[in-house]
Amino acid sequence: MLAYIEKIKEISRRLLQEGNVDMVIGFRRGTVPMMNEPCFVKTPEDVDNLVWDSNCGINLANYLTNRQEKIGIVAKGCDSRNIVTHIIENKIKRDQLVIIGVPCKGMIDRHKIQAMFETEIEHVTELDDKITIKGVGFEKTLEKKDVLQDNCALCIHRNPVIHDELVGDLVDEQKNIDRYKDIRNIETLSPEEKWRYFDNLLSACIRCYACRNACPLCYCPTCFVDESRPQWVGKSIDPIDIRTFHFLRAYHCAGRCTDCGSCERACPMGIKVRLFTKKLEKDCLELFDWEAGMTLEKRPPLDTYRPDDPDDFIK
Amino acid sequence: MGIEPGRLHFSWISSAESTKFVDVVNDVTAGVKALGPNKTFLKTEAKVA
Repeated sequence: MLAYIEKIKEISRRLLQEGNVDMVIGFRRGTVPMMNEPCFVKTPEDVDNLVWDSNCGINLANYLTNRQEKIGIVAKGCDSRNIVTHIIENKIKRDQLVIIGVPCKGMIDRHKIQAMFETEIEHVTELDDKITIKGVGFEKTLEKKDVLQDNCALCIHRNPVIHDELVGDLVDEQKNIDRYKDIRNIETLSPEEKWRYFDNLLSACIRCYACRNACPLCYCPTCFVDESRPQWVGKSIDPIDIRTFHFLRAYHCAGRCTDCGSCERACPMGIKVRLFTKKLEKDCLELFDWEAGMTLEKRPPLDTYRPDDPDDFIK
Repeated sequence: MGIEPGRLHFSWISSAESTKFVDVVNDVTAGVKALGPNKTFLKTEAKVA
């Protein structure tokens, strides 16, 4: 994946020089390891700030909402699906965009890696499929496949679904992936067990809203949690308020979530917030044969009506 | 999410189906009364203004 960067720079420089775009949205090196940050490149000279490695897990579609400029955007498989969702939901126009597609082999999980070491990680470098972690008094090389983000390990759409430019050959999609094992396990729990399970899952939540802010779907001008008239949900860290926030947020993402993993990546407490959105993703697939962001041609299940929509829950 | 299944009920009732409405409401209230008060979905801390 490291080889992509020269191509990304070359394409970005060309687009900016020719004036085809006002800016390119990509990644630059973050101030701490494993945290590359989004950046807006507006001049050909700044193109050299761009980077690409296995720490580009943030979903860049998040930065497109309601923009008026012409934009070049670097897009992995998941970003491209969220760009499609943005176009379908009228948050950006297709002809404003030059999509620089990046076939992706997965991003590494900073929570997982940090948990392996007791002291602070100072340098992370990668070469092919090896990740080398360095800190004071230790150095360790890991296999990339062992430290992938959970959603990347289960990813079945690594290649961008729409793109105008492509920075490398398409990669093989992962086959025979069981995406929903954890969800099925939760589904078999009794109501009391579920209650305890989610209590434990969310016990660390500090209501920082990092998951919401990282999510490209959460673009409402005023989020339901910030609304005060009416106040839909309490603003405390009472377990009930926390639970209400997470469940409602997940429902707002039903039929739209692409499992890009930005929410889980952003969570400072390492909560597996994808368990909520993935349940809805599973339902959409099973009930409506729907995967979000795969095509511009079809409307999502929640804004279409079919007489044969499943309605077994209505008695 | 850990709510007993009997607490939540969806019905499709036309405005002309008054008797169905009465039956459903009676059934639902009887079902919820049988389950007793909801002990889980309650805030424990002071209410935030």
